[in-house]
Amino acid sequence: MSTKPTTIKDVYEGAVQDLIDELGRLPGVGPKSAQRIAFHILDADPADVQRLATALVEAKARVRFCDVCGNVAQAETCQICADPRRIDTVICVVEESKDVVAIERTREFRGKYHVLGGAINPIDGIGPSDLRIRELMARLQDGVVQEVILATDPNVEGEATAAYLARMLTAIEVKITRLASGLPVGGDLEFADEVTLGRAFEGRTLIGS
Amino acid sequence: MFVSHLSLVDFRSYEHVDVELGEGINAFVGPNGQGKTNIVEAIGYLATLRSHRVASEIPLIRAGTERAVIRSRIVRGDRASTVEVEIVPGKSNRARINRGSLTRARDILGLLHAVTFAPEDLVLVKGDPDARRDFLDVLCVQLAPRFASVLADYERVLRQRNTLLKTASGPRRGSDEGGFDLHTLEVWDAKLAQLGAKITHLRHGIVQELAPHIARTYDEVSAGQGVATAMYRSSLDAYADDEQTIGAATTISEAMIEAQLLDTLAKLRAKELQRGVTLVGPHRDDVVLTINDLAVKSYASHGESWSFALALRLASYDLLTVGPQHESHQWVPWGNDAEPVIILDDVFAELDVKRRDRLVERVARAKQVLITAAVAEDVPEGLDGRRFDVMQAEVTRVL
Repeated sequence: MSTKPTTIKDVYEGAVQDLIDELGRLPGVGPKSAQRIAFHILDADPADVQRLATALVEAKARVRFCDVCGNVAQAETCQICADPRRIDTVICVVEESKDVVAIERTREFRGKYHVLGGAINPIDGIGPSDLRIRELMARLQDGVVQEVILATDPNVEGEATAAYLARMLTAIEVKITRLASGLPVGGDLEFADEVTLGRAFEGRTLIGS
Repeated sequence: MFVSHLSLVDFRSYEHVDVELGEGINAFVGPNGQGKTNIVEAIGYLATLRSHRVASEIPLIRAGTERAVIRSRIVRGDRASTVEVEIVPGKSNRARINRGSLTRARDILGLLHAVTFAPEDLVLVKGDPDARRDFLDVLCVQLAPRFASVLADYERVLRQRNTLLKTASGPRRGSDEGGFDLHTLEVWDAKLAQLGAKITHLRHGIVQELAPHIARTYDEVSAGQGVATAMYRSSLDAYADDEQTIGAATTISEAMIEAQLLDTLAKLRAKELQRGVTLVGPHRDDVVLTINDLAVKSYASHGESWSFALALRLASYDLLTVGPQHESHQWVPWGNDAEPVIILDDVFAELDVKRRDRLVERVARAKQVLITAAVAEDVPEGLDGRRFDVMQAEVTRVL
């Protein structure tokens, strides 16, 4: 993927190169950014660097995953699962914890979540058994949940995961819904790409009789 | 339509070049390896978002740089627009129309139509089916731009499904569910059938539109030396009980193909698990070309093959000019001035005098023609217009 890692690789020795290599493995950080962050750290005050290091280690040690929904949590259950004000009859299924944050920002959803931990992706070796699907099925056994909203990403893998879940869930008496795909708010119809516009047409809603 | 201005930054051998192009003939002349083809390749890239020479994007970027920019001014009817694409290998391209950024580079597809004739075109006739599928898909995207995303998704689903089939057929992984999950495969089957049906349906429609043009252009190029036909061949036919092939049907429905694909995938399950590949779908389809009912691939002479290759390109030029005729094939509203830019990349040197003359006759009156040639004598008489000398990545207008 990276075009020319050799320009930055092999230039520095020992600890500096190790730091650049480790930073470069982070998502969204290319070799050049890794180099810039590394030199920023080398220039920084030792106390600041210590704080960053402690934050990293602490986060890894203290943050765990919610036993119920799989979201990141500080305790056995996450804040959302532990919140008595949230309704138990609707579960929104997402791929990652960061999707929970995105949906929470809307303040539209009052139900609970289930974080799968990814999507079905044979190329990356991820099958249904690597996702928290059995845990989801277990949550649906007592009949409290009336609706499962499938909010996986609208790409090939996310769609496949949603289709798989829909198949598994038909055996259980529960309403299954999928998030609508459609037009961005504040956009111009004229500039919408045809796939999005086509989807928006398929998922159009009735506003009057 | 025509391209009135082209500007390249870090594209191939060019650090920076600006070329003012005119309507009619524009010939680029210079010794090999000086950068003639790079100019026309850039215009082809704007029209199709792919190169007619290489599959990877890395060679398109000038050595030592990270991105290339192609900027152009496209005139269609009385409207001119600036279209720009930035190529960054390994990442998604960025595109702008009249300075406004697009969310996806593929949204520029359909703005510029171009048809490229190149020495490699012989593989369309003589080569493996993938060359013909490619030819159709490039045309698909120009005629129905939204299919670019269907093709990309199909590609992705196919790779996922093949990987799944391979892992299922190989040594079982130590998963706690004790191996292979049939339900997952069924999910990919459904996706493959859904997208595969869309592609088969569109390609079938395009071959139908193309066939009458091919019959006519072959007749012109070969001067009445035979009747040329083209028919889509679906990989489904081999497994169908029905005698009627998909290619021979005048109308087919997407839903019917989807059902047939699902059915066939179920039938082939054991075989696919054993082989570890997807055995049916548009990635295994072909177009059968014939002259006087004989398959061109096996029976045609070198000359006939060249005539057929030229006929295929001219037919796509004609189809892009007039647009689809069938009522059910109105993939996009067909605007005025849709006539594509013709690119003739080093083809005249490949052709005998007769074919050369007939090609010249066909293209002489086109809206815009871009020609590359190693020496000025390779540009046939009758094709007068602008001339550019290309030397060491410098382009100088001489006529």
